[in-house]
Amino acid sequence: MTAVAEVAVVGIGATPYYKRGESYPQTTTELAGNAIIAACEDAGIDVEQLDGFAYYAGAGAGYGEQMDTAVFMETLGIPEVTFSAALTSGGGGSAGSIGLARAALVAGDATYVVSVMALQQLQHRLGTVFGAAPVSPLNSFLQPSGLVGPGHLMSVLTRRHMHLYGTTRDAFAEIAISQRQNALNRPKALKRTPITKDDYFAARMIAEPLCLFDFCLETDGAIAVITTTIDRARDLRHPPAKVVAAAHGGRKEWGRAFAWYGMQDPDFASSGHAPIAERLYRQAGIGPEDIDVALLYDHFSPMVLMQLEDYGFCKKGEGGPFVESGAIRYDGGTIPVNTHGGQLSEAYIIGMTHIVEAVEQIRGCAVNQVAGAELALATGGPAALPVSGLVLGRDR
Amino acid sequence: MSTTAIRSTTRPPASIRIMTESATEPYWQAAREHRLVAPRCQACGTFRFPPTPFCPACRSQAVDWVELEGPTIFSFSIVRGLPDQPDDVLVPVVVEFDNAPNVHVVSNLVDAAPDDVAIGLPLRVDFVTIADGWELPVFQLAD
Repeated sequence: MTAVAEVAVVGIGATPYYKRGESYPQTTTELAGNAIIAACEDAGIDVEQLDGFAYYAGAGAGYGEQMDTAVFMETLGIPEVTFSAALTSGGGGSAGSIGLARAALVAGDATYVVSVMALQQLQHRLGTVFGAAPVSPLNSFLQPSGLVGPGHLMSVLTRRHMHLYGTTRDAFAEIAISQRQNALNRPKALKRTPITKDDYFAARMIAEPLCLFDFCLETDGAIAVITTTIDRARDLRHPPAKVVAAAHGGRKEWGRAFAWYGMQDPDFASSGHAPIAERLYRQAGIGPEDIDVALLYDHFSPMVLMQLEDYGFCKKGEGGPFVESGAIRYDGGTIPVNTHGGQLSEAYIIGMTHIVEAVEQIRGCAVNQVAGAELALATGGPAALPVSGLVLGRDR
Repeated sequence: MSTTAIRSTTRPPASIRIMTESATEPYWQAAREHRLVAPRCQACGTFRFPPTPFCPACRSQAVDWVELEGPTIFSFSIVRGLPDQPDDVLVPVVVEFDNAPNVHVVSNLVDAAPDDVAIGLPLRVDFVTIADGWELPVFQLAD
């Protein structure tokens, strides 16, 4: 294990979750500000104590808009900032933004670092974000195909997985159904009616083999997460959720992923997360068998299955039978997955709900608490690199 | 195969725009001549796609433009209900080639019944005229 100074997540704050467009007339700055204020209250610190910002998605607010540190300082009255940076690429950096916060804290560049995502889909729908992008020399090799959104793009990976390994839509149905089950008792969840296998197979096909229930929700809202050094963390309101491991990056065989499609087997039908898994486990001196709850980035249900393989919860290619065995269920599963309902059923804040759930599981206060959870995995992506992962654990 | 079954198509050709840069211009100029090509490194023989300024294996910038042969379906999707094409079916395909390892071309399978599409099927290239007089490589199922 590497001798990195210890840091912990100490504050989590969120706005209500809104169906796409329904957060209006608030702005993204207002949504983000409310989340930051709530996270500071949760931590038990004053907003004026924040001195670091660690973003992802190039500081994009839902890709269509940008967040800006100076605007937050002006709006919230933050006196001085000593660190402000963003991971490149998109939602693949959500979990990694906590690693970026750790970098700031370990270097002594900041004391309380906030990671925040706000999104509001008034004009832009992320579901067709690639189809609406301005033409460029690079996307001229993709955009004409009609793969207009991320779900369309990932349907092609999914098809290859089905071809290579015999995976069927029953597996994706089980992921959608089990996550919906986890959302039923959550007051903030946007979807709280069960779905049956019949519902799943009757749903509209959007990009075969993906149907409506394989797609994440279209949400407005904001979430902020505060990270600080372990010594400070121990004086704050809640038990620290220690950063046991954090990693972002990936290999060129995955690269731009489904914006490129140059991947070969077995990377093509994967999540691109295998190198992240290796680094997380190595940092922490643990293996998949030590993880108590897995909060896997679920923009599309098959990518949950491919992450289960890449994180070693089952062998490569065996994700289908693994989930169909009930292994990912909160009730009775061997590795409960997305106990918060995830982006498929609770809300889609570009990966941040997974970090919030990881913190609550480690604090022991999650709505669907995994008894005795000591280690929680949260991931960001799969997407063009960097993708990222985070392991949170109990202090001491 | 039913003759009345819906056949796959492309985005409305007049709405398809492309943009070139120095590394990609020869690909699109070849398409204008109805040739589908990819760059192969002159120094080490490695293919790359889309065309980029350097060989990722040896950093050489010199390339030969090789005509791609033996296209087959590596993977695909079936897209229905696009807002501006509610009644159309698109079959986006990732295509691999017999003579060009590492090259995956993303395009559309056209004039096919969606139920007939499968990974591994052989294809033949065709071209569709798009905005500004460019020609877009697309594919049909081989006879």
